[in-house]
Amino acid sequence: MLEQQLLNALTLGSVYALFALGFTLVFGVLAVINLSHGAVFMVGSYVALALITHLQASLWVAMLGAMLASGIVGLLVDMLILKPLRARNAPHLIPMIATIGVGIMLTSAAQGLFGAEVLRFPEETLPAGEFVIGDVHVRALEIAIVAIAFLLMAVLFVALKRTQLGRALRAIAESPKAAWLLGINVEGLFHITSFAAAALGGIAGVLIGLNFNAITPFMGQPMLHKGIAVIILGGMGDIRGALIGGLFLGFAEVISKAYLSSQMGDAVAFGLLFLILLVRPSGLFGRKLERKA
Amino acid sequence: MSVLLRVHDLAVAYGHIEAVKGINFHLNEGEITALVGANGAGKSTSLLALSGLLKPARGKIEFAGEDITRLAPNKIVQRGVVQVAEGRAILTTLTVAENLILGAYTRSDKAGIAESLDEVYQLFPRLKERADQFAGNLSGGEQQMLAIGRALMAKPRLLLLDEPSMGLAPIVVQEIFRILVEINRRGLTILLVEQNVRQALKIAAHGYVIETGKIVLADSGANLLANPKVEEAYLGG
Ligand SMILES: Nc1ncnc2c1ncn2[C@@H]1O[C@H](COP(=O)(O)OP(=O)(O)OP(=O)(O)O)[C@@H](O)[C@H]1O
Ligand SMILES: [Mg+2]
Repeated sequence: MLEQQLLNALTLGSVYALFALGFTLVFGVLAVINLSHGAVFMVGSYVALALITHLQASLWVAMLGAMLASGIVGLLVDMLILKPLRARNAPHLIPMIATIGVGIMLTSAAQGLFGAEVLRFPEETLPAGEFVIGDVHVRALEIAIVAIAFLLMAVLFVALKRTQLGRALRAIAESPKAAWLLGINVEGLFHITSFAAAALGGIAGVLIGLNFNAITPFMGQPMLHKGIAVIILGGMGDIRGALIGGLFLGFAEVISKAYLSSQMGDAVAFGLLFLILLVRPSGLFGRKLERKA
Repeated sequence: MSVLLRVHDLAVAYGHIEAVKGINFHLNEGEITALVGANGAGKSTSLLALSGLLKPARGKIEFAGEDITRLAPNKIVQRGVVQVAEGRAILTTLTVAENLILGAYTRSDKAGIAESLDEVYQLFPRLKERADQFAGNLSGGEQQMLAIGRALMAKPRLLLLDEPSMGLAPIVVQEIFRILVEINRRGLTILLVEQNVRQALKIAAHGYVIETGKIVLADSGANLLANPKVEEAYLGG
């Protein structure tokens, strides 16, 4: 059933890409590897779940709420932790370690609030329906996931490419000093970027939660590893790279699970990734990892 | 003639080391003023402080009657003080056109921006030919023209230029200085930082000589050119 597996791979890969996009955006603009991105992803799925189960929100409202809540977490991380570190010119490793701490705090908080057991969305809230094309069973849910992921990515691509905000973000990615001298409020755009990236991470959490219908406080950790793999594969800070890398990882994982070993799917996928990096150490679209002051 | 920018006792330090040690100068509106000096004299440090990228240890910067000493860099650009930084600070991963449009970041008057773009393209026809190329692929001279053109897109009241002649062939330097004179003639006030002392003083109404963080001479451009001390120290005796 290759077609069925390809559909699974596309679904998973598009969410990986969405998750990695936020991750890579923060790296590109803030030059920070934000290791709380996995936990923010987890926060998104719990917020959506809480909105649905406690406030009887519709799935769409829950998604928006999850994006907003995760975005705010990302914004707070930037304002309360990354900004003071920037102001003190902390070396690169420091913000990275600090964000590991944020991730641990969020994970413990979720465990305290919701317990460690697997929680599920009520069956009736999931988009129902399934149709059959040839031999392939397509769930409406999968279509929704792929559509939402690609829609959000398209919005981001167009915004970065065509708007003044997007040009400003690309300017910062190349040189914050040059950006300041153009009259760009670099600090303000750091905040906006942190919000947007976390919002993308949060909705990715909702989509994965829906896809497997399983939410745990620890779901962010494997996702974080995948996100790191994807942006290294794609080229750190490269938007296209995150898209291609995310899809690649989704396909590698699903195909190797289906045809090689259901236990070792991740090992095969990551092994493949390692091989690619041996050939292209700076990733598929990688540039040099340095920028002007 | 009115004073557009007045700097009073400006000192700027890196850590504990003062690179600029309490300088005073002013710029007359509509003039080109040159700030010249040797390597490490503190020229770039002064300019970065004017743009708000370095916070002064003491002193005061007054622009058009307003104290801008503690303003954020983006606010200073909004006031009309725009800098072309040392080493052609263009964005190599953006196209020429994108660099120029981003130059107008602080503006929102669409028609005015389009007009400015036309003017820049008239001033630098080469940029128009290369509008869609990545700025990183331009020659050194073209990159400097792009940096100046991009600064003009902000519609500045004061243009700060940090060594626009650096690393360029003499004929390209001639061309760039000709254009600086031209945009000054259209009314723009310019502060020109240069190590190319002769060229700079030739086009400047006034000039200041800075040595190890202090201003040691101030006079008209012509007088400085004729000054034996300047002759000896900067014009190869
Ligand atoms: N980021 C920095 N950290 C510490 N010291 C610095 C820094 N930048 C410059 N300096 C020092 O400050 C002094 C003034 O430097 P500045 O760059 O302002 O000189 P300049 O006149 O622009 O020289 P040049 O003509 O070579 O560009 C020098 O002694 C320099 O070594
Ligand atoms: Mg300098």
